[in-house]
Amino acid sequence: MTHAKAEAQTHSLGIYFKIWALLFVLSALSYMVDILGFESYLRWALILTFMFLKAGLIISVFMHMMWERLAMMYAILLPPLLLLVFIALMSLESDYTFMTRVVFFGH
Amino acid sequence: MATAVIAGARPPGWSGVEADWASDQRTFKNVPWGKAMMWIFLLSDTFVFSCFLISYMTVRMTTTIPWPDTSEVFALTIAGHHLPLILIAIMTFILISSSGTMALAVNYGYRRNRKVTAALMAITALLGASFVGMQAFEWTKLISEGVRPWSNPMGAPQFGASFFMITGFHGLHVTIGVIYLLTVAFKVLRGDYENTDYRIVEITGLYWHFVDLVWVFIFALFYLW
Repeated sequence: MTHAKAEAQTHSLGIYFKIWALLFVLSALSYMVDILGFESYLRWALILTFMFLKAGLIISVFMHMMWERLAMMYAILLPPLLLLVFIALMSLESDYTFMTRVVFFGH
Repeated sequence: MATAVIAGARPPGWSGVEADWASDQRTFKNVPWGKAMMWIFLLSDTFVFSCFLISYMTVRMTTTIPWPDTSEVFALTIAGHHLPLILIAIMTFILISSSGTMALAVNYGYRRNRKVTAALMAITALLGASFVGMQAFEWTKLISEGVRPWSNPMGAPQFGASFFMITGFHGLHVTIGVIYLLTVAFKVLRGDYENTDYRIVEITGLYWHFVDLVWVFIFALFYLW
């Protein structure tokens, strides 16, 4: 029996209940951002913070990534970082498209 | 011929293709083959969903017409109270709970407790099915209010395209997940995995948690932004 699997098998249920509760709290907090009507940079910063915290908890505990070997973590978690380039490219392009539309359609 | 001798050590033709791809030259130590493959599938699915979300970002940034206020579009009036985004919040809590029951199912699987594992997976599937039901309700409501993929009465026409594409593709994943869960739960109950240490439950769980993970991003970026 391998180390990682043995660990995944034997750890108690407590950690799942704790993460479950934490995910509820974080979801409630992100919902509160809307209820309380926070706007602009404060809103976006809070939404992204809660989003990444929730994603991190789901991946590391529920999906057992924290018990995997480093080779596995890198193979799965590093490639999505390329998306940052994609996001940067598309937002630059979007600004250009938006300005072009404003100039030509006069909105 | 030396090459023939070396090649002769392994089966030729299609059985050779199968044997080579299934051979023990593995990068990912200590994980079952199926689990590594599920992770790689999920990685590819991450890029699919990212394309949708980045497209959504692009159309929202380029439109000169104001984006509909999602807080109001998805508001419901329940018992005389006007509640913004309420259905989406309930759907979020349901999906998180289904992830919780799935994590417990994986643990009980490794404990070789067939009945509890199958029951927890069935509860997970039930929560997933109720999520899809609420999504159907949400779609019906928006369609009856005149939201179409090409236009809507609330603002930027790209809103409908983004909404139907992103939530539709996610809903499809949830639906497939429910079928997948019920199939595996039935096989667990029947005792099909008695001699394979129940890793299949963990692999099924990975898919289900991924569906929840994608919803975290959709909830934040589409509904709350």
